Amino acid sequence: MFGYALRRLILAIPLLIGITFISFLVIHLAPGEPVETTVGESSTQSDAKLRERLREIYGLDKPLHVQYWNWVTRLARLDFGRSFSPDARPVLQKIGERLPITLLLNIVELLIIVTLAIPIGVLSATRQYSTFDKITTVFVFVGFATPDFWLALMLMILFGVQLGWLPISGLRSPTWEYLAFWPQQWDFLAHLVLPILVATFGGLAGFSRYMRQSMLEVVRQDYIQSARAKGLPERVVIGKHALRNALLPIVTVLGLSLPGLIGGSVIVESIFAIPGMGQLMVQAVFERDYPVIMGNLVIVATLTLVANLIADLTYSLVDPRIRVAARRGRR
Amino acid sequence: MRGFWRAFRRNRLALIGGIVVVVLVLLAVLAPGIAPWDPNRPDVRKILDGPSKLHPLGTDQIGRDVLSRMLYGARVSLAVGFVSVGIATLIGIILGALAGYHGGTIDAMVMRLVDLMLVFPRLFLLLAVLAFIRPSIWTIMAVIGLTGWMSVARLVRAEFLSLKEREFVLWSQSIGASSYRTIWRHILPNAIGPVLVAMTLGIPAAILTESGLSFLGLGVQPPHATWGNILNEGKDAIEIGWWLSAYPGLAILVTVLSYNLLGEGIRDALDPRLRQSIGRIVSRAR
Repeated sequence: MFGYALRRLILAIPLLIGITFISFLVIHLAPGEPVETTVGESSTQSDAKLRERLREIYGLDKPLHVQYWNWVTRLARLDFGRSFSPDARPVLQKIGERLPITLLLNIVELLIIVTLAIPIGVLSATRQYSTFDKITTVFVFVGFATPDFWLALMLMILFGVQLGWLPISGLRSPTWEYLAFWPQQWDFLAHLVLPILVATFGGLAGFSRYMRQSMLEVVRQDYIQSARAKGLPERVVIGKHALRNALLPIVTVLGLSLPGLIGGSVIVESIFAIPGMGQLMVQAVFERDYPVIMGNLVIVATLTLVANLIADLTYSLVDPRIRVAARRGRR
Repeated sequence: MRGFWRAFRRNRLALIGGIVVVVLVLLAVLAPGIAPWDPNRPDVRKILDGPSKLHPLGTDQIGRDVLSRMLYGARVSLAVGFVSVGIATLIGIILGALAGYHGGTIDAMVMRLVDLMLVFPRLFLLLAVLAFIRPSIWTIMAVIGLTGWMSVARLVRAEFLSLKEREFVLWSQSIGASSYRTIWRHILPNAIGPVLVAMTLGIPAAILTESGLSFLGLGVQPPHATWGNILNEGKDAIEIGWWLSAYPGLAILVTVLSYNLLGEGIRDALDPRLRQSIGRIVSRAR
């Protein structure tokens, strides 16, 4: 196990270097100088001044390899530079403030998705073509096709505007400070309901589908026949023998779907005005705050890499076959 | 081919999906002829009017007809969908074919590049790129294509890995055909089915991505009407004008749903055994 973990870690190093490489490429992707073009009109600074500052930090007049080396060595020291916005705070500090809420939201979403998708998938697989299965299939297709930003708007109109049950913006009410302890917690939770609902919707559809597919494949296997043949109750056959094996591929899918989930934070946080990394990214793009944009990109990709690594290791932990196969060099 | 059609026709949902897709393409192409109003003409007397006989889907903040804007928006969505998936498929086929056919170092390099591209949450990468270049319909098509080729590359590589051991390939190589010819004339035509499915399922993903970017205000820029742009304006009017948000989103949903049904139908009709690998192809665009 230790050897396997070490090998995965070593394999992650070139990917980490690759992340810095692609991000560096993005700075130089624009035709001509990266600072000539603009997004929107909401820029607070003049082009000339911006160009000057960019040249300063990225050393744009130096040869490419020198630029890259300077940039990477600064990254290695966790120096992401200072924000271009008037406060000019360190990028790392700005991102650090916003990381916890994005992580919290994503972890809660993931937990909700997994706890709901597994029973849904198992039920629709064991009752294939039943009414329940048909309803979930419709849900899956609609879930795949629903734009999250539209779902968010519709829920805001329904629960926020028409019914007035839930807050639709931010994490706390303006009156939060004047509330007692428990009402404060309640207020915070109420603000999270709609964002989490929107963010879990699409993922839930996907995962129930994977779970169903995986379960359908497992129940066809011989060892399930054997388990039935030796007279085990169906509850044990499905709940223990089949479920354990069907869960294995889900761990991998979970790892693979993380970038999508984290990317979804951009939309959800922007709509619901949640001060997380996604919202920071969108603001930075509008303000052309390049150090924040680059810092965000590198950190988000690195986080995804780490999450993938964890999923990989978990997989090898629950399925010894992976470790053996890797040792034989088949992977 | 006839077997394919017979199998496809039996799948009623896929057939409906296909018909809706054709209707949508027709609506988009004919938009200038059938739109009841000029999509960009404001009318100060009709600001945020609800659905009525004159304006079936209402009007927006400056009195433009939502239905007409949506018809024109369909042109943008479909064009972005087709072109960006075209770009992604071309890159995916070239890289996947090289990796699968040659194996070894080339394969390892291509697959590491795929892994690398996949650790970037797509929306973050797209936003970072769009901070440097001016968003227009062309740059949007390009960046969506450039960040969406990985699944096609994986798919084509897998097909090539199994096909290159087949006798007709060995035969082609043994009579001295160049690897270029073997790849394009002999292997690729046999791998085209799954690629077609990936393309059909890639279009709705690209449409979702484009409308998401436009919704954030970083996609195709106003006054161009796109579904995402109308939704972006609808966001500021949710307290008075629900129709401004409801209809464009519904259009996106129906379009994406239809393409997905069509794509799954084509896949099942081509080869029922492919059913299992669906999970790998369908990826939500975020």
